[in-house]
Amino acid sequence: MENIISPENIVYQKPALLNDEHMHYCPGCSHGVVHKLIAEVIEEMGVTEKAVGVSPVGCAVFAYKYIDIDWQEAAHGRAPAIASAIKRLWPEHLVFTYQGDGDLACIGTAETIHALNRGENIAIIFINNAIYGMTGGQMAPTTLMGMKTATCPYGRQADLHGYPLKITELAAQLEGTCYVTRQSVHSVAAIRKAKRAIRQAFENSVNRRGSSLVEIVSTCSSGWKKTPIEANAWMEEHMFDYYHIGDLKSEV
Amino acid sequence: MPIMANNDILLMKGNEAIAHAAIRCGCDGYFGYPITPQSEILETLAAQKPWETTGMVVLQAESEVASINMLYGGGGAGKRVMTSSSSPGVALMQEGIAYMAGAEIPGLIVNVQRGGPGLGTIQPSQGDYFQATRGGGNGDYYIIVLAPSTVQEMADFVDLSFELAFKYRIPAMILSDGVIGQVMEKVTLPPFKPRRTDEEVIAQCPWASTGRKGMRPINVITSLELRPEAMEQHNLHLQAKYAEIRKNEVRYEELQTEDADYLIVAFGSAARIAQKAISDLRAAGIRVGLLRPITLWPFPYDRIRELSEKVRGILTFEINAGQMVEDVRLAVEGRTPVTHYGKMGGIVPTPDEVIATLKNHFNITL
Repeated sequence: MENIISPENIVYQKPALLNDEHMHYCPGCSHGVVHKLIAEVIEEMGVTEKAVGVSPVGCAVFAYKYIDIDWQEAAHGRAPAIASAIKRLWPEHLVFTYQGDGDLACIGTAETIHALNRGENIAIIFINNAIYGMTGGQMAPTTLMGMKTATCPYGRQADLHGYPLKITELAAQLEGTCYVTRQSVHSVAAIRKAKRAIRQAFENSVNRRGSSLVEIVSTCSSGWKKTPIEANAWMEEHMFDYYHIGDLKSEV
Repeated sequence: MPIMANNDILLMKGNEAIAHAAIRCGCDGYFGYPITPQSEILETLAAQKPWETTGMVVLQAESEVASINMLYGGGGAGKRVMTSSSSPGVALMQEGIAYMAGAEIPGLIVNVQRGGPGLGTIQPSQGDYFQATRGGGNGDYYIIVLAPSTVQEMADFVDLSFELAFKYRIPAMILSDGVIGQVMEKVTLPPFKPRRTDEEVIAQCPWASTGRKGMRPINVITSLELRPEAMEQHNLHLQAKYAEIRKNEVRYEELQTEDADYLIVAFGSAARIAQKAISDLRAAGIRVGLLRPITLWPFPYDRIRELSEKVRGILTFEINAGQMVEDVRLAVEGRTPVTHYGKMGGIVPTPDEVIATLKNHFNITL
């Protein structure tokens, strides 16, 4: 065994920036995979010394515990405003936000739209699992029609709750965005594509090409009350039908 | 306006003085949203284009909520950043100010007050005294509050606020009002001081999220801590810091208090009106002095307590319903009678009203 574990035989390893802190995320949650991709990309780009992340309020509030870069923890929804200032004051830096659907597409809609519309040279990683995970499974702005949550227990209905918000489509319409894409991390192939998208967005920030938005359509097995495998299957069947995977805008 | 030489005496509005002083004292960034009566601050900065000279960032944000969070981001990254607004806009910023207090982020907030509550009026007021000196947002915290009473102090307090904010890692506020913001007076602008280099920022702010260099531990700017014992320790640390500020940073000005039989306590524009009232009263043979708090937090409790033992009565004069008078009463603890005079709705009282109140309340017949 010791002969096998040698540097020349290593084909895969945890990125050094991802520390050994036990993650608080539930089994099957997409956050862990996206965290790993972010750590890998920063490491591969060699930009640890100029990377600043902004974590949200929501399940990823503690993102700063797991990836060993400098962070700021934002008030609910305000991450794009915080990131805008950091990037303008440290223009050489890689500045990104990491936000969930409630943070980015509900309470922080104004900050999101205006940061993107100003063309702030920041990258936004947007985790869309169509539910509020941290507070225990309430309706999100992206909750699908008919989908049951703690605050729409009979399913989302248009007359009571309005419609699921496709904020990524909105972002693609804004002059300030240079790269807008929707990805997922439910399969090896999807993870590879998501990683390429995060790398593109981070390079856009460093090279000051404008705003980038990477939506990751994600699972919330706890909130959806499904096993991890069921959650992946449910996401493929229902989420992808409304939130189409692929690039919405790429001007780089 | 061209770049002025040091020591040039100029005539300008208080709001304009704030903007020029910011450029000259090494401010790294201004983030704000227009609101009357302080929009000249952003307008002056936009006209001056400091990004072409000192490299200072100037950004019109989408809201006061965004502005204050840009302060969180910029201050959390070690930079000298400021915003300005007026009362309803500052109300919107309270969430961000509380987060800055919790995360110990330095920054400058200028409030050129107007009458309230709510949308209120665009005319002058001092009605945000409670909001400014009692934290304003959630949790146990204070911010440093400086109250200018001249255009000169508007200019001078910008650098002072940054110095205090970074010394203690705390938000600082210049609590002005529509009178001082809009009035034009002579001012000598502060001397030019270059912006700190990135290397200086990193050296002076080892706690800031400037990018993790080498093997140093990561810097996280946050107000969050879920473990009660750790959060209690953090709060005790904040309270110890506030005690230190109370000890070191109380600022006030006294005028003719040596022989005073009566004391007027007033801040900001009200102190200017009180000065005229005092000179008229003295001309009539009534010995009145002025105590003008310059820091509203920390408040000069001790000095007011000392003076309360020497005078027959204290009149607190504010352009509001009576807010600072509560602090004066806390200082005096019943040693001498304390009364209040003020007006609301954007009406600025005259010196004669102050004189009449003092005479009537304390039965002074001369």
